[in-house]
Amino acid sequence: MKAIVTVVGKDRVGIIAEICTLLAEMKVNIIDINQTVMQDDFFTMVMLTDTKKSDLSFGEISEKLNKKGEEMGLSIRIQLEDIFNSMHKI
Amino acid sequence: MINISDIMQTNEMIDNQHLDIRTITMGISLRDCCDSDINKCCDKIYNKIVSCAHNLVPVAEQIELELGIPIVNKRISVTPISMIAESCESDDYVPIAHALDRAAKECGVNFIGGFSALVHKGYTKGDRNLIKSIPQALAQTERVCASVNVASTKAGINMDAVAEMGRVVKECAELTKDTDGLGCAKLVVFANAVEDNPFMAGAFHGVGEAECVVNVGVSGPGVVHHALKSIKGESFDVVAETIKKTAFRITRMGQLVAQEASKRLGVQFGIVDLSLAPTPAKGDSVARILEEMGLEHCGTHGTTAALAMLNDAVKKGGVMASSHVGGLSGAFIPVSEDEGMIEAVKVGALSIEKLEAMTCVCSVGLDMIAVPGDTDAATISAIIADESAIGVVNTKTTAVRIIPVEGKKTGDEVEYGGLLGSAPVMPVNKYSAKEFIARGGRIPAPMHSLKN
Repeated sequence: MKAIVTVVGKDRVGIIAEICTLLAEMKVNIIDINQTVMQDDFFTMVMLTDTKKSDLSFGEISEKLNKKGEEMGLSIRIQLEDIFNSMHKI
Repeated sequence: MINISDIMQTNEMIDNQHLDIRTITMGISLRDCCDSDINKCCDKIYNKIVSCAHNLVPVAEQIELELGIPIVNKRISVTPISMIAESCESDDYVPIAHALDRAAKECGVNFIGGFSALVHKGYTKGDRNLIKSIPQALAQTERVCASVNVASTKAGINMDAVAEMGRVVKECAELTKDTDGLGCAKLVVFANAVEDNPFMAGAFHGVGEAECVVNVGVSGPGVVHHALKSIKGESFDVVAETIKKTAFRITRMGQLVAQEASKRLGVQFGIVDLSLAPTPAKGDSVARILEEMGLEHCGTHGTTAALAMLNDAVKKGGVMASSHVGGLSGAFIPVSEDEGMIEAVKVGALSIEKLEAMTCVCSVGLDMIAVPGDTDAATISAIIADESAIGVVNTKTTAVRIIPVEGKKTGDEVEYGGLLGSAPVMPVNKYSAKEFIARGGRIPAPMHSLKN
């Protein structure tokens, strides 16, 4: 399933590395990454991922990402791509 | 990939502007549950509901998780019970309300609608028994909602039913006085009731509906409010365009959820209801949208025009976003469930008379209004008659959900908690309509109902 991972919070060294490692461990493939740091060190990253090869359920992946977010002091969430397609594309 | 700012915008709407799916309602036909023995009828009803809806809550929760959008309520609506129970030899239908309540609890839904009767042209035996059973049914059960349709554009207004419903509302208030008349919050009196409404308390599964369907009600007053904040002082052309675009996005979300739910539950997709449904939470209010348009308080002069525009723009924006639009589709103006409405009443800007005018241009009607406990049945009937007339003449749905709160007077406040919010007790006109209501009979259908 194609899913969007969004990460927002205060910028610091190694955010991408840490999250990508976790995704790799869960066998979630990254298809595209869009990342920027806005004013006041506000880190924003959006990743298009594919969860097809993962052995974990969507709920488990979501839970692990949430937990990671709490550890790192960031907001991390995963949502199916459909929600954004339906809202922003005709 | 989708634009990063679009993704952030969607999540901002969910996190900070109360964007949510207000309800997924499964409509279930109970037409195969009739039995002359009421106990057997109850068993059939319970089993049918549980077999159709046992997956509703888990599926809705899974969709919630995967899409990251809250689905606030999961509910069930059933065929009007007056039709199902009519075959029973018993004339007390309260046991059926208990069966519905048990089924709702088993399925984990917070409300089940359809303890209903359609009497806009006249009563059958089952209608009479059902209406008589409403006060006890609502007092004894927790999750059952009742509704009665007393008027339609095609049939006119059944004034006998209007008179009776005034008394039923009073009886409900009396029986549930310990909870400030909570029973009345679960009872809606309709004109032109729709068959596919997913919103409570007025949902039922109409006779023209399929065996089992999924209807979805969207929400998002906060999102519209936020969008209007960014166009302060602009003309109404810009305001209407902005509301339309926002409504489109909100409805697309509803359509997606409805399709997913229908696919995963293996039942037909019914409709998406394009309603702006407020909650008592700050930032989730329809009144505040009207105020954002430039009104000092909701209820002042100009409110009706503002609401008319909002209602129209929501429909125009939403209609292209969904394959099937239905239900009530419009802005809701429940007083107790809308933080801005509550404040407007408290400061004296909003009266029942103004709310009545507002119901001419938006969906539904006088909704969740608390009035003094000494308001007599005839006055409540007269309020129902006025609302029905608005619905019948304007070919739209109107409804009355009114609570005469025992022991409370104008200016007091009643706290219901949760989504039902809190209601300031509003004054009613002190002059009597007793003789008017006592006439009974039927107000004929208006000229423009003769369309064939």
